[in-house]
Order: sequence, then C-alpha cells, then structure tokens
Amino acid sequence: MTVIEISCVEVWREISNFLEGWVDPELRQRMEAHFAVCSNCKAVLDGTKNVVKLIGDGQTFDVPAGFSERLFSKLP
Amino acid sequence: MTLMPQPQVDVTEQALIRRVREGDKEAFYGLVRPFERAVFFAARSVLNNDADAEDAAQEAVLKAFMHIEQFRGDSKFSTWLVQIAINEARMKLRKEHRELYESLDESTADEQGDYWPKDFADWREIPIEALQLKELREALSKALASLEPKYRQVLVLRDIQHFSVSETAETLGLSGEAVRTRLRRARLRMRDALAPGFDGGWIRGRGWEKVRPW
Repeated sequence: MTVIEISCVEVWREISNFLEGWVDPELRQRMEAHFAVCSNCKAVLDGTKNVVKLIGDGQTFDVPAGFSERLFSKLP
Repeated sequence: MTLMPQPQVDVTEQALIRRVREGDKEAFYGLVRPFERAVFFAARSVLNNDADAEDAAQEAVLKAFMHIEQFRGDSKFSTWLVQIAINEARMKLRKEHRELYESLDESTADEQGDYWPKDFADWREIPIEALQLKELREALSKALASLEPKYRQVLVLRDIQHFSVSETAETLGLSGEAVRTRLRRARLRMRDALAPGFDGGWIRGRGWEKVRPW
C-alpha cells in the first residue's frame, strides 16, 4: 500500500485537526505514517495532546474565592 | 403571589427563561449557575486578570438579566450569555486599558504567518494527578496568559469550557475555519510555553531522567 509522504510543516498545520478527528481518512493515514517515522512530530503530537488534556480538566483553573456568591451582586 | 402550593416546578431552560421574563430572580440564578465558570473564564480570556474578569462577569449577568427579552432562543442560552461576557470584557479593556486594546483582536482575518513548534523534546506524559501540584497549575495559567488574546479566547472556550467549534465560532463572531486555525496555533504555543518545565519536573518521586540531550 503506498502512502504519499507528508512534510512536517503539513503535519503541524493539521495536527490539531488530527487530534479532534477532523481529517479525512487519506490524510489521517499519511499523518500516521509520518508519526511512525518522525520523532519530532510525534513529540509535538503527544505534547499537544497532553496539554489539551490538562487544560481541559476542571481542576486546572479556578474562579476566585467567593466569586459565586458575588456574581449577582449588581442585580437590582 | 399565590398562596396555593406550586405544582412541580419546570426547570428546563425554556421554562426558566419564561420565569425570568416575568421577573423571577431565582429562576435567573438557576439559569446562569451552570455557566458561571464559562462567563468568568471568557471574560478572563480577554482581560487576563481575575479582578477585571470578575467585574466584567458581574456586569455581564446584570446585562443578561436586564435584557433577557433580547434572547430569542435561536442559539443556546450559554452562547448568548458568554457573548455578553466577552463583549463586556472587551468594552472594559477598551475603556480602561486603551493601550492594550487591539482592534486587530476582533478582526476575523488571520495573519499570513503561521506558528510552528519550536521545541521537540519528547516529554513523558504528565498525568492528570499532577494537577494537584500548584506549580503545574501556575505554569499552565502563566502559559495561557502569555498567549495573544485572539488565540487565548478560542482556547478558553473550546479546550477549557468545551464549547463546540460552532458554539465557539458563534460566540466570537468567527468562521469555523478561523476557530480551527486559531485553536491549532494556541495549542502549539501552549505546548512550547510549557516545554521548558516538562522534563519530568512535574512528576515528583518517580525518578524521571531528563529527556533532553543537554
């Protein structure tokens, strides 16, 4: 099976879409083949995936203490 | 006010909105509560500090309450509410920090140049448990604060508040394509911003060796 090569730049352009599953099957295949042989791009993929997972967790960022209680304080 | 016991109160969003239109404040609290964090973080994504963001958030819920009749129900309430928060935050930024206000921030055109990763170190995966470390959370906050507003706003809505691409696009007045492009750039920048601290530094007591050659 021939998979047309893809450059690192093209991979970086699509890397976020790849993580979300927003790439068509052909592009997905080309990117997966690239990740198998390019450690730089694999590192970028893994690191990006890791960052997205961390910031997506509810405990990462906090509202200020008392924010909830004060939120409606300007209502008449 | 009726003295008869109320039947089972309908608390669907539509029902709450109907009650808010009649001036029911309790219904408004119930309507807004699930989106408090979204309102705060949306404002913060524009203003980049807690105090200003909280002030803008309070203004936003006030505006939403006073103008509830303007919500037509053709989009989700959360989208409408967060849009108000973003607008309040932008007005506040323009008024109080004129020098920081970027009109470009609101442009729908993205610049020509793209953002490419600068760091290729292969770090060990940081587990969710590591978020208990204050230093990690601080590093993530700092990285987020270092992003350009237009990238930060997309990242906050999409990756932190888990809005869909179309909700993010609608809230910010962008095309879906612009959201995807800005999201990609935001994510790559976040990764690079965090890379220096990632050499196993967040995982204590597990003896990670450095992965970089230097």
